[in-house]
Formats: sequence, structure tokens, C-alpha cells
Amino acid sequence: MHSGGNASSLPLVGGAPEPTINQLSKPGRRASRFPKLDVPVTEINNSAIRNDKPSLPEVSEHDLVMHYSRLAHRNFAVDVGFYPLGSCTMKYNPRFADYVAGLNTFANSHPATPSAFTQGNLEVLHELEKFLIEITGMDNATFQPPAGASGELTGLLIIKKYLEENNLTNKTDIIVPDSAHGTNPASAKMAGFNVVEVSTDVRGMVNIDDLKELVNENTAGLMLTNPNTGGLFEENIMEISNIIHENGGLVYYDGANLNAIVGVCRPGDMGFDIVHSNLHKTFATPHGGGGPGSGPVAVKAFLKEYLPGPIVEKNENNYEWYMPKLSIGRMHGYHGNFLVALRALVYMKLLGKEGLDTLGSYAVLNARYLSSVISKVIPLAYNEPCMHEFVATVKDLKKSHKIKAYDVGKALLDKGFHSPTIYFPLIIEEALMFEPTETQTVDTLDDLAETLKAIIDELQGEDVSLEEYPKNLPVGRPNELIPAKHLTVNWGDFELLELTE
Amino acid sequence: MSETKYLETHEWYIVDGDNVTVGISDYAQGELGDIVFVTLPEVGQEFSKGDAIVEVEATKTVAEAYAPMNCVITEVNSALETEPELINNDPVGEGWMVKAEIKEMDDSGMSYQQYESFIS
Repeated sequence: MHSGGNASSLPLVGGAPEPTINQLSKPGRRASRFPKLDVPVTEINNSAIRNDKPSLPEVSEHDLVMHYSRLAHRNFAVDVGFYPLGSCTMKYNPRFADYVAGLNTFANSHPATPSAFTQGNLEVLHELEKFLIEITGMDNATFQPPAGASGELTGLLIIKKYLEENNLTNKTDIIVPDSAHGTNPASAKMAGFNVVEVSTDVRGMVNIDDLKELVNENTAGLMLTNPNTGGLFEENIMEISNIIHENGGLVYYDGANLNAIVGVCRPGDMGFDIVHSNLHKTFATPHGGGGPGSGPVAVKAFLKEYLPGPIVEKNENNYEWYMPKLSIGRMHGYHGNFLVALRALVYMKLLGKEGLDTLGSYAVLNARYLSSVISKVIPLAYNEPCMHEFVATVKDLKKSHKIKAYDVGKALLDKGFHSPTIYFPLIIEEALMFEPTETQTVDTLDDLAETLKAIIDELQGEDVSLEEYPKNLPVGRPNELIPAKHLTVNWGDFELLELTE
Repeated sequence: MSETKYLETHEWYIVDGDNVTVGISDYAQGELGDIVFVTLPEVGQEFSKGDAIVEVEATKTVAEAYAPMNCVITEVNSALETEPELINNDPVGEGWMVKAEIKEMDDSGMSYQQYESFIS
């Protein structure tokens, strides 16, 4: 292991399995005891009163605290080890952003407080909007969407409303690449569009000939992420957006991969009309546990009045909430996840212009370095220079040694690294998708590449039982079949336990 | 009954007079892994060659089985609704999916030998 590398988290997350809280239970133990009753007993006439005591685990307070602390320590997180999960931008988030978001004045301000008393909060959103439209090359933004997929839906509802207002309701088709994130077609469907799939060419980019054939008077728009999910920059992006615009459609930028281009180029200059960005990915909020996130949507000026609101407007002396005239409505009860937006602003201010200008470049540099060392171990899916992430494939190892991407992922966990994204994009067989982000040192990248090499060698050995991996973690491979067939949402289903055994 | 033929999309079919039986190949079930749910079509539903007839849900992914030729469904293997694992255990036997009346014969599928070299 390299000095400074030490990226493996195994010493922190490994070890014997933790018993369940039920297994720790001993009759009569209590975490707290109520004082003896010193008031008269009153009978409640209620048919819902239980006849039996609930079957709850009985443990001492210390046992309880130790149990959950041990579980908490075994959580894998960006702060514990290297998390090269492609498409997710699992970067380090500076403590200072958390510190600011935790300040009493921000953390405890209620979203229903009149704007006269929350001018600072409105200023934060206005400042961030200025930064964000500068970074994305757009004109206005809303912070209502609380996540990336919500941003996508917002963008598509804006397209829908725009088409309605302009009497273009014949336009019902949204074109989505076959390599797209699953949320793209899902959002398009939710917004009431037909999804039309455009294929990917041999170089891993949108198939222009196919696109030309698919586009017609019914085309409402195109959803695209650039760089795309293969980690490649769509070189023909200007032609792509022209094709859509010439047919009266709008072009939507899925900001999932924005990290690659921050400070280098802007979706607005590539012909995109609507952009969502994932503040939690690109700009400093720990994520991966289901939220909170923030998926602001930025648009060109001609779409401003369609934005979900209220949005912040700056008047001469103060900031005000403003509801756009043709707004699609609300996407959130209040103003989105304000504290995530705040973290993003802090992050941008911490980096400054100089830092933001190099953010994307460093993310790409790290990915290119990692791809160059990993390509010596397993082949890359595309023979093209990658952007912030890249896809490798073990399809040859599957043929020769029955080693699947799934097995490599599990074995990597065993060495204390998070698995890369596997089986995505769907169009690449046995895909392993790595995204190192700009926040890793070269030592950590080397560490991962060397570990990967060791794993691949090990898995190819004789008498290796792939199903045994991971071996060093408290929990082995979960049984994915039983929960899929017998979904149980509460603990203590003994029928299920029998099935498992 | 003719020989079992295979498609590039990993279905198998057997033509028997005016009728055809369709399922997915052993290779396909192996790639999908444990199958947990199958959505079968209705009897009487009409399909054109290449249309998705059956939706197969495995633990990791959802795949579709396509019509090998233009046909009308006459029978579905309703055992799959409760025992989708039949497809894993016996894909070309008890794991059959649908029987259909052929509307337009298209026997252009691959022989087993051809299919074997196609997947290897």
C-alpha cells in the first residue's frame, strides 16, 4: 500500500457479523425504567388495547448504544474509503460546508417565515443562481426540485407547458439515448410523453444517422447527458442540438455528469435549453443514502416564466419571492432543500473562480489516469479518451473464467473499496464504471488499480469459489431472490426466516 | 413437430402445424439469473414478429421475449405466474411461455448448432 494512499477501509468495516438486536435480547433487561405509578389507575375503554405485550427486544441501554454504534461504524462512506461509484460523483465534501449549513440562523430558519425576515436566505439562493447560470450557461434557475430525477421531471413538464402554450401539442415524442440513465425515460413517461430510443454508435456516442431518422414533426425534445453515461464527450453535440431545434424541439441537459465540464464548457453554449444539476453530486453534499438532494433547473430566458416557483428576484433594495407567470406550479412544498443549496454556494465560494475553473479538468485528469492504469488489468469498453468516468468490461473474463462484473464488485468490497457501478450503462456487457472524482490523490488511484489487479489474479485461480466473496465483511452476499419474491417490509417474519434457511 | 429454433434475441420456438410454442433459451435464463416474475399476454392477443410478448423480471433486470412471427395467442403457461423458476429450471420444457396460432409463417430462426456458435 502506498504512503498517503491507504484507501482501503477494511480495518474499519470488516470483522465478525453483528448480531441482530433480537439476538442480544434477554428477558427483563431495560434501557430505561419508568418510576412507580403514583396516581390512581384509570381504565381506558378501548377495544384496540392489546392483550399481549408487544414482542420487542429487551436490552440494556449500553448494549443498545454499542449495537447501533457498531453498525454505524460499519457504514461505508466517502469519509471512510474510496467510493469510485460511476455516475454518482461520490466526492469528498468539505467540512466547512457542513459547518455553515449547521449554523443556527440557517438550520433553524422556517421556510414559511415572511421574506422580510429571511433576506439572508433569499440572498443565498440568488447568489447561487448567479453562480449556477454562469457555470451552466443559462439565464434563470429554480431551486424547487429536491433531487435530480425531480429536476428531470420539472424540465419535461416545462417542455410540455411550453408546447401547450405554443399550440404544439402534436409534439409528443422525447428522444432518449439507449445509454441514458433509467430516470430519463421514466421522467419523460411521467410527464406524459412517448419515449423514443436513439442508438449508440460503435464509438459510444449518439448515432447521428439514427437520430436524423427518428426526428420528425412530433419530436418534443431530446434528453442528453454530456459527457454521456459511457464517460465520453458527445463530439457532435452542436449538430445534435441543431437537429432537434430545426424540428422545433427543445434540448434537455441531464446534469448527472456536469462534474466533468465545470469550468471547461457550458451546456448553454452547446445548445441546451434546460439544464438540471445535482448540487449534492457536483457541489458538496454527502449523498448516496437517499437524500436530501437538490436538483435545481436552469433555463434559457424564453423559458423563465415556466419555472416552478416561487423563485427569488432581486429588486432595488431587497429580495422577493416571485411566481413565474406561466409556472408549471410547485415541485416542492416550500423552496426545495435549502441547506443543500447553501452547501453548494459555500463550496463554490471556497473554490472560488480559480478552483471552479479547474474542477472539471482535475476530475477528467483523475479519471484518465485511473483508466490508463486499470486498462492494463481489464479492457475498457471504448477506445476513446474518457471524461470524468469510464467503463471497463470483464466480458472476456466471464467467457474464460465465469467471472462476472458482480463478482469483481463483491471481491473489491472485500478489500475495503466500494464497488464501481456495475451493469451500467446497460448497453455494455459486464460493465464496471469507475468515477474517481477530482478529490482523490494519485496514491489512492494507484491503490485501487493494484487492488483490482490482485483481485482479478486471485479470482482466476484454481479452486476459487466466486460465490464466497466477500469473505472479510460482516455480511456476505445477500440473497436477492427471496426478497424479490417474498417482499416483507416488517421485521420478525418468521415464515421468511424459514424460507431463508 | 419441427425442430426447436432460436432467435438472436434468445427466444426459442417450435412450430407444430399452424401453431408455435415460444420460450427463452437456457443461455438467456442463465444471463438473467433468478427469475421472480413473469407478465404473460392474454389469450387472443395478436402480435407481429418482433413485438414484446412476455415480460420477464429477474432480480437485477427486466427483459422481454419477442414474437418470432406474426401470431395470435391461444394458450399461456399460467404455471409461470406462481412458479417463474420453471424458466430457470427447464427453459425449453416446462418453462415454455406461450402457444400461438401462426398468422404468417416465418421459420428463419437458427438451429441449435447455429445458436450455440452465435452465443459463444
